[in-house]
Amino acid sequence: MAMREAASILPLRVDGLTFEADGKRLLDGVGFMLPKGGITAIVGPNGAGKSLMLRLCHGLLEPTGGTVRWAQGQAAGQVTAQVAGPMAGNAKRHAMVLQKPVMLRRSVRANIAHTLAAVGAADAPARVEAALARFGLSLLAERPARLLSGGEQQRLAIARAWALSPEVLLLDEPSSQLDPGATRQIEQLIAGLADEGMTILMSTHDLGQARRLSQRILFLHQGRLVEDKSTEAFFAAPSSPEARRFIAGDLLW
Amino acid sequence: MLAKRLFLAVGFMTLMAGAAMSQTAAPSAPATGQTPGPDAATRFITVSSTTSTTDSGLFNHILPIFRAKTGIEVRVVSQGTGQALDTGRRGDADVVFVHARSQEEKFVADGFGLARKPVMYNDFVLIGPKSDPAGIRGEKDIAAALRSIQSKAAPFVSRGDKSGTHSAELNLWKLASLEIEQAKGSWYREIGQGMGAALNTASAMGAYVLSDRATWINFKNRADLAIIVEGDRRLFNQYGIILVNPARHPHVKQTEGQAFIDWLVSVEGQAAIAGYRINGEQLFFANAGQAGA
Amino acid sequence: MDVSTAFAAAFGLIFGLDPQFLQIVGLSLRVTLTAVGLAALIGLPLGALLAISRFPGRSIVIVLVNGLMGLPPVVAGLMVFLLLSRSGPLGWLGWLFTPSAMVLAQTLLVLPIIIALTRGTVEELWSEYREHLTSLGLTGRRAIPTLLWDGRFALATGLLAGFGRASAEVGAVLIVGGNIAGYTRTMTTSIALETSKGDLPLALGLGLVLIVLTLAINAAAYGASRIGARFAG
Repeated sequence: MAMREAASILPLRVDGLTFEADGKRLLDGVGFMLPKGGITAIVGPNGAGKSLMLRLCHGLLEPTGGTVRWAQGQAAGQVTAQVAGPMAGNAKRHAMVLQKPVMLRRSVRANIAHTLAAVGAADAPARVEAALARFGLSLLAERPARLLSGGEQQRLAIARAWALSPEVLLLDEPSSQLDPGATRQIEQLIAGLADEGMTILMSTHDLGQARRLSQRILFLHQGRLVEDKSTEAFFAAPSSPEARRFIAGDLLW
Repeated sequence: MLAKRLFLAVGFMTLMAGAAMSQTAAPSAPATGQTPGPDAATRFITVSSTTSTTDSGLFNHILPIFRAKTGIEVRVVSQGTGQALDTGRRGDADVVFVHARSQEEKFVADGFGLARKPVMYNDFVLIGPKSDPAGIRGEKDIAAALRSIQSKAAPFVSRGDKSGTHSAELNLWKLASLEIEQAKGSWYREIGQGMGAALNTASAMGAYVLSDRATWINFKNRADLAIIVEGDRRLFNQYGIILVNPARHPHVKQTEGQAFIDWLVSVEGQAAIAGYRINGEQLFFANAGQAGA
Repeated sequence: MDVSTAFAAAFGLIFGLDPQFLQIVGLSLRVTLTAVGLAALIGLPLGALLAISRFPGRSIVIVLVNGLMGLPPVVAGLMVFLLLSRSGPLGWLGWLFTPSAMVLAQTLLVLPIIIALTRGTVEELWSEYREHLTSLGLTGRRAIPTLLWDGRFALATGLLAGFGRASAEVGAVLIVGGNIAGYTRTMTTSIALETSKGDLPLALGLGLVLIVLTLAINAAAYGASRIGARFAG
């Protein structure tokens, strides 16, 4: 049976996204469009709502108001296409790497295998091997995942997400817990993934990282999307006072 | 990897154990309207009897003989007499085999049993410490012996468990013209347990206790105890056997149960009973043919 | 017979593989293993379900299950006895005074332990794993296999605890089994019976086996938690 190329889930359209908890408005009317390709960085000080926005886009949370619309018509809340049958392994999807990635109490290999089994992927063993090789985890394959170093665990988390062959990768502060050496390694990985055609939406509070990696910046402050422009333009000529203060290092929250 | 294999192995073994269990417990299709128990393949009956009878070892001697002859396995649940009769009332046994004549006759009169047949008798002996604080060694009159115990407040252990032995003990106090409920003091200890436990307690306390001869002979923890009074005709203890009424409990195995009863009162069964000895001593005296037993 | 002679005779029974002795040990293990197996089959999924579900009255259920862990074995025996007696609701099964009744009673004793420990373990794991599993589409009941497997060492400890409780109890199996010679006599009921008859060698031999069994269970539980700690990092 010929495999039809699955429809793209991009562009992602976010409109008037609002999120409230405990009577506080944490995200207020955020709207943007995410096209295919490249690395988009969500930046902002602590508490701006960066992680929250990623989780809303991924469907881990339900918005209080507004919509998150992936192109395949998936409304927010439907995380993965529960597609059965021959397309299951090939359905386009978006995968997320959490800020503190959860390591299952199993080996590295078993962690990746679990991810693929959870979505009912076809030819899982081959994909597990490919993920191990791609991310340099082959020698660590049988090690208990929780015994890995911080950098290795982050690599494993990204490898798990990559094994799903997602169209979009959501990364929440991928190197905030890591030392500079590991950070560089992760950044190289991310750049490599983007080169392979993966669309990446990542949050970071590290301005230098945003500058190094991304082509577009979404600047959040206290739950509002204050700026949305190319990285170059953002750093060269920020239009809002908050952005200016943030770049100068004066905006702490 | 190893851990996973270990888990699967343990789980597998547990399932095997369960399967093995269910093999021996597989219910077979109901036949003849009776619902068979889990082991329909083996023919068996459940007999409720008393702890003293079981502890005497009699069943270990006669049941294999019965099984070899008929292929029927006899499963004995041993309890106090009161409990054994209750088990029969509830229909949880097919046959009741105890030694408390008045309670047995009431059991039949109330419709729980078909008929009572006498089988055998054994005797009770009064056990006590060799120091004999009540001064009754060699006494031929059990009533007099008990009166001495009461008047001297010598320690005495009672089973206190509604058993045949307990009934017999209470009867003997009556024969001694003592209303034991009023007459008892701190010297009279009711333990609510079986014969073995009573002997253990008496041994530890240096007390008198009424025991059936068979349990006494089998008892290994004698310490300072010995037989103090024996031989009085009133110490004889009659056994009766009753088939639980199938009209009341249709599942009762009437054929096999009756086969057991018939065998016990037959020449062969009676000989088997009389043939049971410990240290050369006969414990049970077969008297199925005795009128009025 | 004094104690040292009794000990010598006991060792004779154990190492001489006395058939009556082996029959008693074999029955005890079969009954308890089956009970633990059944309790695991029912209790692991139930405990996991309880861990991830939220419903009104959930706290009451949890308190009840925790409390039932301490159900006195004789009470469990009494309840099963009333159920299985021919005059009772399940009398038609004909299970009273058979090993099946003993399995039922012990399963009832072990089940609360497994449910309670599973709930505790799975609830903790779930709070850690929840977002990750949701991200993979493993929501609600679909998360249970992952949670149970990842909690396998703590859960194994729970199973061992259940096994220990069942193999040590005497009240339930005595009441529902009837302590029938060669048929429903277990290690614990035999020890009780033989001691009351003053027949020490058999009681001692069985007691020794029970002690060794208990130590083995505890060693296994310790080993399981050690291996588990390794995987948990």
